[in-house]
Amino acid sequence: MRKLLYRHAIREALDEELARDENVVVMGEEVAQYNGAYKVTEGLWEKWGDKRIVDTPISEAGFIGMGIGASMLGVRPVMELMFWSFHSVAFDQLVNNAACVRYMSGGLINVPIVMRGPANGGTNVGATHSHCPEGLFAAFPGLKVVVPSCAADAKGLMKSAIRDNDPVYVMENTKLYGIEGEVPDPEEGDFTIPIGKAAIKREGSDLSLIAHGRSVLHALEAAEVLKNEHGINAEVLDLRSIRPLDEEAILKTVMKTNRAVLVDESKPFNGVSSQIACTIQEHAFDHLDAPVTRVCTIDAPSIYSPHIEDEQLPNTKRVVEKVLQMS
Amino acid sequence: MIPTPEPNLGGLDFSDSPINQSLTADDKIRLYREMVRIRRFETTSLQYYQKGGYMGGFLHLYSGQESVAVGCVSLMGEHDHIITAYRCHGHSLAVGMSMKECMAELFGKATGCSKGKGGSMHFFAPDKNYWGGHGIVGGQIPLGLGLAYGVKYKEQQGCSLSFMGDGAINQGAVHESYNLAALFELPAIFVIENNGYSMGTSQKRSSAYRDCLAQRAEAYDMAWDIVNGEDLLEVRAKVHIAMERARKESLPTVLEIQTYRHYGHSVADANAQKYRTPDEIKRYKQQHDPIILWENRLMEEGLLTEEQKKEITKEATAECKEAVAFAEESPAPTMEDIMKDVYWEVDNETEASKQGRHFFTD
Repeated sequence: MRKLLYRHAIREALDEELARDENVVVMGEEVAQYNGAYKVTEGLWEKWGDKRIVDTPISEAGFIGMGIGASMLGVRPVMELMFWSFHSVAFDQLVNNAACVRYMSGGLINVPIVMRGPANGGTNVGATHSHCPEGLFAAFPGLKVVVPSCAADAKGLMKSAIRDNDPVYVMENTKLYGIEGEVPDPEEGDFTIPIGKAAIKREGSDLSLIAHGRSVLHALEAAEVLKNEHGINAEVLDLRSIRPLDEEAILKTVMKTNRAVLVDESKPFNGVSSQIACTIQEHAFDHLDAPVTRVCTIDAPSIYSPHIEDEQLPNTKRVVEKVLQMS
Repeated sequence: MIPTPEPNLGGLDFSDSPINQSLTADDKIRLYREMVRIRRFETTSLQYYQKGGYMGGFLHLYSGQESVAVGCVSLMGEHDHIITAYRCHGHSLAVGMSMKECMAELFGKATGCSKGKGGSMHFFAPDKNYWGGHGIVGGQIPLGLGLAYGVKYKEQQGCSLSFMGDGAINQGAVHESYNLAALFELPAIFVIENNGYSMGTSQKRSSAYRDCLAQRAEAYDMAWDIVNGEDLLEVRAKVHIAMERARKESLPTVLEIQTYRHYGHSVADANAQKYRTPDEIKRYKQQHDPIILWENRLMEEGLLTEEQKKEITKEATAECKEAVAFAEESPAPTMEDIMKDVYWEVDNETEASKQGRHFFTD
């Protein structure tokens, strides 16, 4: 199968959806003439022009609110946050207007927007630029949150997000943008991945590593180490979507292996893994041979120092250690 | 070039403006009836709020400001949209929402305009180009900007009217919207309904300004104007100019419409008689009530008789009574209703809705 970089898979999704639906408009800071701060939208402005690819000023509350308002009239804005960390300056628009307008209007309105951008640590940019707010936004009924870990998922989920008639927040990852993965050729047909469907990324029988985003890569690497060095056969489940959440897949793998280690770049308190742990204990308690444990980002604001930041985040070594500590 | 407005002198007669000359006698009576209906609705709402047990939460009354919503809405065409903040009953009735659905919403009933899910601050009627009804001060302004964006994107000749109070103008989201409106040349009209007080804080104690609040538009190279809101004809004349600028030139405007609320910020405003002197409130009610002023004009013009006036009030009162009865008799939302209207895909039982867990209640 042909290979694409993660960033190019997203670009291909945007390009295809721009062609499919004239109401799709890509907007954000530096997305047009600058070609995207992380080159995700490279070439789109040249191809689609000013109307479809719109540079906005650094004014998140303003342009995101504008996109939400336009979506009420049937425009389908796909808006880039240069970093998801900047959500805080537009929080009212993201959680009050996008998430609640449908409900407060008794279902008269819907908000078909996509918010996208990178949400990750590990790039030595300090605490304010390293937030992982997928758990935060998944806590708001009315919002959907997806976190693709590979190029194919990034393309397939982005296309589903754009077609969805509810607000979908896509959390990408700057550490994944440059990673290549297999993505089906458009000539083979329209490629989408449904929101709310997890994927087994590695079959195993001894324990389940449940992860999303870049943590999936650590889980996969850890599974190799565990197999090669310790004879432990780990299964890796990639959540892909946080809300809606594929609980069926979570319970299935846990009931198969009877052990779960959750790998989650969120901070521990109310991180995505908190919800997963709750689900497992509630519905699979009798299947567990050991307590559910977690590998999260170490619980402090994200440190800058390149010497140590990777140690604060979930990484292969920490996952292996956590698994070996299990009884 | 920005048209520089005249300072608000008051006393100018705007009946000669083309948009007002086109008003027929029937139109003028209709405008009167709309204002009276809003006043009666608010009086009835207050009455039932104070009785206790009929409605919860907040109640921000529009009484005293009727000429603003009625005047603006009377100018709206097919592709013109409006959005406002939490003092929304006037705008809601003006766009043609029924008293029944509005009263039922206040009473928290399933027959309310928002099925009892929004309450006093969150009335909506997208079929009438009315997009709420929003509770966070200034938070609706970017949405109104987006409505203008949508109109322009779809290449329609229309505009959006985004209403806010004088307290909203210091919110960052409002300034961001001003900038984007001017930068993108959007057909957006920002209407500051200046009733002089952001809750209990007077204009002078909350905003830094030279001559008036709309003047901030100059910093964004936007047109602006100041309007004497007690005069329905002035509201129509000046708002019409801004709407034409938006529709024909796709340019934004900031309008400051001076008005006055007869009641406190909300019914829960314990200090409503403290930060404003009783004399001031009395003066506005007696000399600056937009309904009385319009009534006087219609009577002078021989378009309205004492008898008709009484009849219109009587009809509005009866309509309120019916609305209350409807609201009282209507069923409350059910526990099942709590889970509806969260996701479009779930409500419409689409394929997307069948994948994964959407709700996390045990």
